[in-house]
Amino acid sequence: MPLWSRIANVFRGDRLSRDIEEEIQSHIAEAVTEGRDPGEARRAFGSVLSHREKSRDIRLIPWLESLYADAVFGWRQLLKRKVTSAAAVLSLALAIGSCDAAFRLIDAMLWRPLPIAAPERLYVLSREVAGPDGKVLASDNFEYPMFRQMRAQVKDQAELIAVSNADHIDLTYGADQETEKAYQQYVSGWMFHSFGIRPALGRVFTENDDLTPSAHSYAVLSYDYWKRRFAEDPKVVGRTFRTGNEVYQIVGVAEVPFTGTEPGTVTDIFLPTMMMKNNAIVRSDYQWILTFVHLKPGVSVALVREKLRPIFRAFVEERAKLSVNPLRDQRLEVNHVSAGVSGLQRRYRTALLVLGGLVMLVLLISCANVANLMTAQATARQREMALRVSIGAGRWRLVQLVVIECSWLALFAAAIGACFGAWAAPLVVGMIGTPENAVRLMLPADWRVLGFGVAIALGCTILFGLAPALRASRVKPVSALKGGSPHLRARMMRLLIASQVAFCVLVVFAAGLFIATSDRLSHQHTGFAAERLLTVETVTPQPQAEPLWSQVADSLRAVPGVEAVALCEWPLLTGGSWNGFISVNGAAPGPAASYFLSVSPEWRELMKIPLLEGRDLRASDKLPGSALVNQAFARQYLGGENPVGRSFDVVLNEGRRDRYQIVGLVGDARYRDMREPMKPTAYFLFQADYSRATFMIRTVSQNPLAMASALRLEVPRARPGFRVSNIRTQTALIEQHTGREKLLSMLALFFGVVALSLAGVGLYGVLDYSVLQRRREIGIRIAIGAQATDIAGRVITDVFAMVLAGLSAGIISGIASIRFVETLLFEVKATDVGVLALPAVTILAVSLLAAMPAVARAVRIDPAAMLRSE
Amino acid sequence: MARTDSLQGSLDLLVLKILSRRPRLHGYAIMSALKEFSGDVLRADEGSLYPALHRMEENRRIHAEWITKDTGRRARVYELAAAGKKQLVDEESRWHTVTSAVNRVLRTV
Repeated sequence: MPLWSRIANVFRGDRLSRDIEEEIQSHIAEAVTEGRDPGEARRAFGSVLSHREKSRDIRLIPWLESLYADAVFGWRQLLKRKVTSAAAVLSLALAIGSCDAAFRLIDAMLWRPLPIAAPERLYVLSREVAGPDGKVLASDNFEYPMFRQMRAQVKDQAELIAVSNADHIDLTYGADQETEKAYQQYVSGWMFHSFGIRPALGRVFTENDDLTPSAHSYAVLSYDYWKRRFAEDPKVVGRTFRTGNEVYQIVGVAEVPFTGTEPGTVTDIFLPTMMMKNNAIVRSDYQWILTFVHLKPGVSVALVREKLRPIFRAFVEERAKLSVNPLRDQRLEVNHVSAGVSGLQRRYRTALLVLGGLVMLVLLISCANVANLMTAQATARQREMALRVSIGAGRWRLVQLVVIECSWLALFAAAIGACFGAWAAPLVVGMIGTPENAVRLMLPADWRVLGFGVAIALGCTILFGLAPALRASRVKPVSALKGGSPHLRARMMRLLIASQVAFCVLVVFAAGLFIATSDRLSHQHTGFAAERLLTVETVTPQPQAEPLWSQVADSLRAVPGVEAVALCEWPLLTGGSWNGFISVNGAAPGPAASYFLSVSPEWRELMKIPLLEGRDLRASDKLPGSALVNQAFARQYLGGENPVGRSFDVVLNEGRRDRYQIVGLVGDARYRDMREPMKPTAYFLFQADYSRATFMIRTVSQNPLAMASALRLEVPRARPGFRVSNIRTQTALIEQHTGREKLLSMLALFFGVVALSLAGVGLYGVLDYSVLQRRREIGIRIAIGAQATDIAGRVITDVFAMVLAGLSAGIISGIASIRFVETLLFEVKATDVGVLALPAVTILAVSLLAAMPAVARAVRIDPAAMLRSE
Repeated sequence: MARTDSLQGSLDLLVLKILSRRPRLHGYAIMSALKEFSGDVLRADEGSLYPALHRMEENRRIHAEWITKDTGRRARVYELAAAGKKQLVDEESRWHTVTSAVNRVLRTV
């Protein structure tokens, strides 16, 4: 290919020139050998230079050559100022890397389509319920019988697919002692076909694997799990595992990329929906499936929605007739979700997008710094530019020269940033999860990440390179060569300072909000004492009667280091919940539900929840029968009077009622959430048969987890068949509820510090530069008797005006944008004095600090020395 | 002056023809051959021969090679490439068509 050799010639331009020159010289030498006069031979040849240039342009690609020359020149320019260039590259790399990391997280969690056939045609059903307080709540959970009717209704337009939430289950491939954990998801058998997922080994489910409840005890593994757990052993097909009392046979492994439908969780094991326990397939009061709608080509989503709505309405109406507290006001929506659906998405969507916004602001600040640097340099190089124009360089060539120099910076920064992002993204994912419930996000370095990196590098080049480049190209050779106009760049730099300060204020403002939120949330009163408290979640193959559980509790009390032991169905703030409607004196139940928990008699004292009236539960009490209630309960249902001795009914569906008598009033304790007000709660006696319960253990040692392994051994020893499923500290359970806020405040603080230091460095650079530019003027002022304060005032006045302008712009836009982050905040208002003062004070402090060196330099100018050097 | 003008557009054809007769000539020799064959009528502007040679080289009509002559000076010699041979045939027949057409016009009018 001629093109290729011309491209290659670009990179050996010198040799090419030498060759052409030599050929021409040999021509003239030949002429002289033939006896011609050397002068005549040269004249006959014409202009050597012009012919050589013509030949050169033929033998290479001129525009590419100029690009190459500028790239080499730009590189040398950067090397000439190693420290400045490195600082610019590193600060930019930090910002770009943060953007990369944020993009990777956001893409993996919210945007990247599932690796399935036609993800653009994937929708999910959602029900919007108007709550009692008028707020609309959305839920993705549906009843299986309704799903069946819906699927039949739209079978020609779309495939409906039911999946459960991924669950962390206990299972074993051998003996009970070898129990391990895995993420399991129930899925419709036809999901694999509809999503176009083929087996990597064995087979995947079909429609026939999902027909009859409890009849298809088969499992399909995800490729990731097969690789991790079985090292891709092909003999895994046919193996069985047991979970609870059910035995499943592995029939195959799904193709590589498919890891379930929940971003953030990698499903290990797929089971047919028909295997869901508790009669879930036929129960009309059990909302447990997520319904995906995979449209057939060419079908509009509106059509499917209109066909599904009547079924939904009829079903809701039917249910409402049987329900204690019917929610008739429900609406079916069909939402586009090519990226899948997960609780993690719901919890972290806003937080991640806000983080993305913050890192973008940091990037803008960083770009403004580099733009200032480039502008300063462009001014310093005005003479060079003027000279280039004078000897015939085109304006466009000057733009190219500066832009290419900038793209070197951007390129290096993007490369280093990509590495930083690749390191930081998994780190943040690690902080989202907890040790027992690790979040696993697929973060491949795919073309999306690459494309983002390239786009951001280009964007940065344009952001900080274009203005200085255009400025350089507008140089007026006459005035520049005569002595220049040093104030040319002032307006541009001022504008950059103001916007930098404004962005910085936004970041620091957000950081302040998140830190305050996290702080208030972690100081939120729980109502119980969590220190030295261990929760030992224990399971049995069959439900076991309460005396057997108490027997194990007794053995645990004898373990050295254990201070006290109590039993409950699940720990507070663990996510488990049981609630129902309350009726007092036979009246109809109100709309507010109460929470319930079964606890052993020692539980209240162990949790250090104060007993305000009456007595504790006793082993001789009955279930249903006696109950402890909290203050919120007494306020909600009993008008706040002393409730001891009064009774209430728990109203169940189909009109059944259980009557309880209140034996004691206890302090409020958090049951489910750290944000909402204390909920009415009633505690009942732990007295039935349970296959899962939690031993609450107060240890002597300050580090309760040190006892975990001893307790794990002691439980099965105390009673064969009892097995520890999970040991966590109560503190860790509480921290789960503040994890997002902690993460957000930590990252926001980090970016706040980065933004402040970048803005500080930028301000320092601009002030220092302006003093350098104005040293002659300052020298003269000092010579004619100006005071130091006068000089300092002159140096900083106009820059501080810009700082103040940026500060007010930042605060105003901060307050205006607060509604985007409102859901992430807790008991913090944008108009709090403290929240507003923080960015203002820090920015002013940083500005003052940044101004010091420049002011000192200005004041110390020695007029005699300065004027002599001019 | 008239001599160089007459070469307009036909330099490539002439260079290809010369190289087909005498392979491995350097630039100066090509120019001398042109002068010689045309009885000193056709004469390329010496310098402009080289951009023409280099263009044909880039287009793979001819290829070039450095040799060291007896004098110790290096020279770049040119040779027809396959594409050049084909172009020569095409250009020659085109030239004949055009010139005979021009001649016919000159004769009849």
